[in-house]
This record gives sequence, structure tokens and C-alpha cells, in this order.
Amino acid sequence: MTEYNFAYLDEATKRMLRRAILKAVAIPGYQVPFSSREMPMPYGWGTGGVQVTAACLLPEDTLKVIDQGADDTTNAVSIRKFFARVAGVATTEATATASVIQTRHRIPETPLTEGQILVFQVPIPEPLRFLEPRETETRTMHALEDYGLMQVRLYEDIAKHGEIARAYAYPVRVEGRYIMDPSPIPKFDNPKLDNSPALQLFGAGRECRIYALPPYTRVESLDFDDYPFTASKAAGQVCAICGAEDSYLDEVITDDAGGRMFVCSDTDYCATRVAAQAEDAA
Amino acid sequence: MKLTTGFANPPVDAARAFRLVLDAMAHPARIIDLPAIDAPTPCSPAAAIALLTLVDATTPLHLAGAHDSEAIRDWVRFHLGAPLVDPQDAAFALGAWDALCPLGRFPQGSADYPDRSATLIVDGAELRNHGARLTGPGIKSETCLALPDTAALRANAGQFPRGLDFMFTSNVQLAALPRSTQIGGA
Repeated sequence: MTEYNFAYLDEATKRMLRRAILKAVAIPGYQVPFSSREMPMPYGWGTGGVQVTAACLLPEDTLKVIDQGADDTTNAVSIRKFFARVAGVATTEATATASVIQTRHRIPETPLTEGQILVFQVPIPEPLRFLEPRETETRTMHALEDYGLMQVRLYEDIAKHGEIARAYAYPVRVEGRYIMDPSPIPKFDNPKLDNSPALQLFGAGRECRIYALPPYTRVESLDFDDYPFTASKAAGQVCAICGAEDSYLDEVITDDAGGRMFVCSDTDYCATRVAAQAEDAA
Repeated sequence: MKLTTGFANPPVDAARAFRLVLDAMAHPARIIDLPAIDAPTPCSPAAAIALLTLVDATTPLHLAGAHDSEAIRDWVRFHLGAPLVDPQDAAFALGAWDALCPLGRFPQGSADYPDRSATLIVDGAELRNHGARLTGPGIKSETCLALPDTAALRANAGQFPRGLDFMFTSNVQLAALPRSTQIGGA
């Protein structure tokens, strides 16, 4: 036997995943428990995202996979190769031509469009987990919409640091109901969650949870009236490669004498801009 | 009696059908066309495809009214293996609107686990994009769908995050109405 079942998983598993995804879409921001399977990669490498992607893929799909914005890192390359092999899908690095995008910790800079599906890899789906370790308690807090603890946490940040000291996995409120962890995307990406034309699905393999944001869903980053949310990034820097001022930047250490540069975290966005600049110059 | 067939190529056919159903659930009231297949009487092809895609031996199914026919029961036993149960135990239900009512008989989910609620496949009514004004997640500004009973569905949406999710099917067409959709006037 040399072939895999389409998209690797057996049909009963995909049905289970698909039912969980539909319930997640019907209850935006609520974490639906599902029976996570062992995948041929370790937990922490995106097994939740991979299972959600496997449940959604069509043979006609064009798949893009990014890890911290980059198409060319180990995690992205291996997941892309995995699905090219087990589902026979076409792959791409271009955000605009992808029908399904699996991502670890970024939302592409290029605005998503209707019909696209963005699948997030999620390590800890429960936004209240580090405030309250007991699942029974956090479940009740979600049921009762009792989110005072989270507001206190953000207030204590302001009291201690003068601002809400959270740069990534910044909690959001979905349609005024559930508080949701947007996965460890930088808070720079939070505004892209709101009212997106694309369907956003979140898979946490180790924690056995799937949740979703349907298109055109209201997603607000938590804040206070006198301390409004700001989508910050490296202040005063532009990309050293393409010169972009509007993209999220990675800091790259270039030597052991304090040398550093800032470059776009989204490699496709950066490469597209560089190509366009070369064309303009020619 | 002849048993109608299921998917010709289950992994790929189910994947295609699921993406269409997912599109419908992510865009409430969007009317989508599913492929035509032979379905057991009186089940529509669209409802049969939804069942083949989502229902199996782990999901108790309730057949309501005329849909509790020998042809459908045999088809469910052969293709799905789903236990046939009363409404209070159902994860999925299939029937015409009048046969499925009252809605309170089905699991509505709990405050802790709102996902533990039934999905109702309402078969037979023609799908038209006019009638009740709908807003909410998945809907850009607003949309319309002819609903069988606006008051009952509005009460269902009022229970959010608890509540039932609906798929309306007619011939090869399907439109979804999740509990998250707010239902205005006509």
C-alpha cells in the first residue's frame, strides 16, 4: 500500500472534525471540544491546525502555510509538503492566490478575501488559563460571561507598567459574548480579525479544542476607555529589505556587536514589494 | 425495494460536500447548490448529502414524520449506521418543519457546553431569499430568508449561546441558519 486516504485522516475522524467545525462556526468564539488525533508530527508543531486543514481541504485547493509570517521556515515547509503528498493539493506562497492558509502566529499583511479560509495553529486556546488553571472554573466563567478576572489582569498591567503589557495572544471579545485567545499572533494583527471577509478557524491539537470566527464577525480587543487598544509594532522602523512602513517587523541580529536590522515578518508581502520595486525601476 | 447509493468516492465527495455546507453555515441564508444524488423517499438529495457528510454511528439521529419511512430507515442503517432515537437524544434530526416542531424537544446545549445541541435538517420547504431580515456573524450587512416560523426561530436565537442550528434543504439546495443569526421583521 503506497497511497493515503485523501487528506491523511480516516473518514470517521474527518466527520467528527467537520461536526466540531460547524458547531464552532455556529457559536463564534466558543471552544468546541474535539477528539484530537495523533498526527505524524509532535504536539506544538501545529497538529490542531493540521487536523482542521485536513477536514477542510479539497483536491482543487491551493494551500499556503506560514510560520511567524514566513513561508520558508521548517514548520511551514514540512506542513506544506505533508498536504501536497497526502491530499495532492497545489501549494503557493502568494496570499492572494491561496484558498486555504494555515498559519502559525501571524495573519498575512495582504488583506484576505471572501472564500478564503485561514487556519490558526493554537497552543493554549483558553484565554483565562493563566489566570485560572482549573478547566471546570474557566468553563463556568465562560458560561456566566464572568470575565472580571481578565479585566483585573489588564488593569494590574496598567497599574504596574503603565500600559496593558501584552504584545501577543492579546485577548479579544467576539460579538460582545465570548472572550477568545486569538492564538499567539502579535497584537498588531488583532484588527485584522475584526469583520474579516475570510472564514477563520482555530485548531488546538494538544488541548483538543476547535473555535471559529465566521466572516464579518465583530472582534474587539479588550481595553479600557482611558487606555484604548493600540496595534503596536517596532516603533519608528521600516523594513530593511522592502522599505515597508505598514507591515509587522522582525528584529534580526546580524552580528555580535549589537548590529541588527528590522525586516518584514511576512515573507510573501516583502518579496512581492521587492519584485514590484524592481519592475518599476526597470 | 432498491437501496439508493451513497457517495461514489467518499473521501473526495464528502470533502466537497462539507466545504459547501461549511460555506452555508459561515454565510447564513446563503443558498448553495449541492450535487444531485439518488435519495431515499421522501428525503431531498441535499438533505441526503448533508447526512452522508456529517452523520455516522456516533451521532444519534431522529427521523420525524414522513421522513421516518422504511426507505430512509434502511438507507440510514446501511450508509450511516446512526442510532435512530427520540428527539431528546438526537444530535441530528431530519424532517419537514411541522414534523420537527415543537423545537423544545431537542437538546439545546447547556450553558457550559452550548455545542451539545442538535442540528436540525428541515427538508422540503422551498428556499427563497426574501422574508425575515437576518443579521449577525457571517452576514456582511443584512440578508433575507423565507423562514417557516419566525417567532420560534427568533426564540431559538434568543437563547444564544445555547440553541439549535438549522439546515434548510429543498431538492439539491441547502441554506443554513445557525443560532448566532439575529432575526428581524419581514
